[in-house]
Amino acid sequence: MSDITQLTLKKTVDGIKNKDFSEKELNEAFFKKIESQNSKLNIFLSQKINTTGIPVAIKDIIITKDIPTTAGSKILENFIPPYNATVIEKLIENGVSVIGKTNCDEFAMGSSGENSAYGPTLNPWDITKVPGGSSSGSAAAVAADLCVFSLGTDTGGSIRQPASLSGVVGLKPSYGRVSRYGSIAMASSLDQIGPFTKCVEDARLVLEWISGGDKYDSNCKNEKFLSSKKLTNLKNIKIGVPKEYFGKGLDEGVKKVINSALKKMEDLGAEIVEVSLPNTKYAVAVYYIIMSSEVSSNLARFDGIRYGKDRDKFGAEVKRRIMLGTFSLASGYYDAYFTKAAKVRNLIKQDFDRVFQKINVIVGPVSPTVAWNLGDKVNDPLKMYLSDAYTIPASLAGIPGLSVPCGFSEGLPVGLQILGKQFDEDIVLAVGEVYESYTSWKEEKPKI
Amino acid sequence: MKITSDQVKKVSKLANLPLTENQVEQYSDQLSKILEYIDQLNRVNTSGIFPIYNVSQKKNTLRQDEVSTSLTQKEVLQNTSRKMNGQFVTKGVFEEK
Amino acid sequence: MNQDKYEPVIGLEVHVELNTKTKMFCYCSADYFAKQTNSQVCPVCLGLPGALPMINREAIKKCIQIGLALNCSINETSYFERKNYFYPDLAKGFQTSQLVLPICVKGWLDVEDDSLTGLGMTRIRINRVHQEEDTGKLTHVGDETLIDFNRSSVPLVEIVTEPDFKSSAQVRDYAKKLQQIFKYLGVSSADMEKGQMRLEANVSVRLVGQKELPPYRVELKNINSFRFMVAAVEYEIKRQIEALEKGEKLSQETRGWNEAKNETYLQRSKEEAHDYRYFPEPDLPEISFSDNLVNQIKSEMPELPALKLERYKNEFKLKLSDAKILIDDLFLANFFEEALIYGREKGVEAQQIANYIINQKIDLVDSNPSQIVDDILAKKSSTLDDDLELEKLAKEAIEKNPNMVESYKSGKISVIMALVGIVMRISSGRANAQKVKEILVKLLNN
Repeated sequence: MSDITQLTLKKTVDGIKNKDFSEKELNEAFFKKIESQNSKLNIFLSQKINTTGIPVAIKDIIITKDIPTTAGSKILENFIPPYNATVIEKLIENGVSVIGKTNCDEFAMGSSGENSAYGPTLNPWDITKVPGGSSSGSAAAVAADLCVFSLGTDTGGSIRQPASLSGVVGLKPSYGRVSRYGSIAMASSLDQIGPFTKCVEDARLVLEWISGGDKYDSNCKNEKFLSSKKLTNLKNIKIGVPKEYFGKGLDEGVKKVINSALKKMEDLGAEIVEVSLPNTKYAVAVYYIIMSSEVSSNLARFDGIRYGKDRDKFGAEVKRRIMLGTFSLASGYYDAYFTKAAKVRNLIKQDFDRVFQKINVIVGPVSPTVAWNLGDKVNDPLKMYLSDAYTIPASLAGIPGLSVPCGFSEGLPVGLQILGKQFDEDIVLAVGEVYESYTSWKEEKPKI
Repeated sequence: MKITSDQVKKVSKLANLPLTENQVEQYSDQLSKILEYIDQLNRVNTSGIFPIYNVSQKKNTLRQDEVSTSLTQKEVLQNTSRKMNGQFVTKGVFEEK
Repeated sequence: MNQDKYEPVIGLEVHVELNTKTKMFCYCSADYFAKQTNSQVCPVCLGLPGALPMINREAIKKCIQIGLALNCSINETSYFERKNYFYPDLAKGFQTSQLVLPICVKGWLDVEDDSLTGLGMTRIRINRVHQEEDTGKLTHVGDETLIDFNRSSVPLVEIVTEPDFKSSAQVRDYAKKLQQIFKYLGVSSADMEKGQMRLEANVSVRLVGQKELPPYRVELKNINSFRFMVAAVEYEIKRQIEALEKGEKLSQETRGWNEAKNETYLQRSKEEAHDYRYFPEPDLPEISFSDNLVNQIKSEMPELPALKLERYKNEFKLKLSDAKILIDDLFLANFFEEALIYGREKGVEAQQIANYIINQKIDLVDSNPSQIVDDILAKKSSTLDDDLELEKLAKEAIEKNPNMVESYKSGKISVIMALVGIVMRISSGRANAQKVKEILVKLLNN
């Protein structure tokens, strides 16, 4: 039998059903692989040995009952949650079991994985590079076949960007699509849980499993995601390409890869039109005010009394954002910063609303560059923040975004970002799947 | 805008984040740079634009008043470093809020 | 000292815990009294990482009822905000509360300037009635503090007045009236000793005739009875006038009440102004209330004490002091009103029933309203057998009912029983009916 750790979720489910292999064999295969690979890549913060279930890796910011959950922070070093996140309960119902918790930037604050208190995860394609962040371990785990699929969280790009930099499929669902109960909150109005998978079809399946109403999350849509759209080509699909995503910050190599992907989509029948999202340039500024304001309040519960350690155990980036957020909400600055940002957020949302009246999906790059060297941006917070310029707008508007592998630049993976209207994951996934089926990028595996 | 060391100290007190003198300097410098970048928002005309704080498209999500099980006392206390007689313990606070 | 030179300016903040089954934002039982510590706690009210709030519909309904009872308007749209501060009893590091758009705004409640005479009414304006949540409970032991989170997130409604009170008597009456309203609505037991109802007063004084508010105010906090609150307010008024007379400058501070010394004491002096950094709670979508919903809630509300009092005075002609006693407790009032129905059948007057209930201090649980009426009748039945007395009553009945006399004389003899009934009523059922009939026949045949 070939390496069963490389199978997609769909094929794994079928394999078990057809008794090609047992769940025990499956779990043993992954356990062995993790044993041999994890120390090189620093992906898992904790592990669990199972004999049944489909192995999933979970970002360590998602609460798992009786399994340590650290959020990548020293402050939660010995924290053992007494409850499960809603997504974990839903996965268990579907025969999935958690094999490990993955490394991430502390409290999901970072774009490289380097803000983890437990050391950075390395990129399976090149261990001198970052895998992207903040869901660094979850992206790398799928890239290195250390799980069938994984869950991450995306607040400003933390699923899509590491998916792009690590060469896997990553889906950030619409805000309100998946319950956030049990996802340690970074920015409540932006956070969403979503899957990393080996193909688009798998992302669709996982979304069907984890979506749907929750009596513990007031913002979660009652209806489960049910796919009804399958395309065989891109005829009648109108793709908007935002000119603001192709500005001077975009790396030439990445640009070339994205443009050839767009060409491919055109060949598949899509109509490509240039669109403008004029307020894109303000997105990072808006994001840093709203996100950090919510952070400052969400992280106030960590006072070391009921759980966790003292507040001086927060890392530098976490402290920086708490400080920025506290300042933005402080009397005298609230209107100039917090309210102003919330208004410009509306303008950014209106940009998307307007554009989506004329097109089906937006397509562009996920990240302006491929994976960079470890240590390159750690001393320049602003530069790090700007690396999320193409993913942040969709987060502010609450719309879904998919990253699909679309080629390589300098030997490193590049992801194609597909955005849709809020709650229209169906079209986003359908377009992604057509593109994927006519290319062979998903067959490429890193040589570790 | 520039944020002074004094402002950083005031904010750190509000945020309950003890900072060393070094950190105060460092944050005053870094936050000033970030705020300078953020100040470009002043150029955006937002008159007549409503601020948005929630993009879930939901409204009136209220629940029924029906009790379901709580955690056990043991679970409630399982992650604290200091407990006594079924309660959490912290250093004395007597001053009123 | 020149008391007349100054007038007090007082505002009140009242917190009341709602008696919902569950807490404000989670499914834990809200009935925390005397329960094992930290046994009614879940990830939400313990503030565990990852937990999210969900609004209790029943609490919102009760908050609206309180607002309506206080003549407030209900905001069409309302939302929750986070009030950020650090304290060990605050599990999330913020209290979920309301600032910009509270559920109820701009109401009023009339209070009596003198509760004995009922003379003089002052309208106290209500600024807002908003929904929030309680904190955990702290117990201080030695130099350490213990925390129990059973109370954490129990629904709390805050009622804030404008600074319209001019005396401690008004404050007392307001607090009493509020407590009565909570009990009538059935939204809270409002037991002050159990902390279900908490008062905070902001007291300052100014020269009579001065329009603007004084440049300071003293907050009186953590006072757990009406009596002590009234005493503290009186003490403060006196203390502040004396200080101003001496030319001292008064400042913003928080004071408590020392029961042993009968005086207020400084708890916290002019600390830096709080900066709670309120912002809209992103985890809770906004809530809206249609006119239909508000009218529906209104229609389910019982008759409130103020209206009941009016009715007892005007309709039943009760003495003010008696009416007040009866309406004080809804159970008592209902008992009285049921007794009235039997009383009417048997010719016993409202005031007689009121007298009996109040003077006999009857045990409401063991008695029933019809029994009361029978007791009143029994007690008085032996007393009216006197011929002269009965004749007087019979004559009164004849004089007041010439029509009946007319019918009788024209041969409709059965009318005699109606006249007997009238005498029975005039005599509050005490007259010997057989004798009355004889006397009436005698008088009418003359």
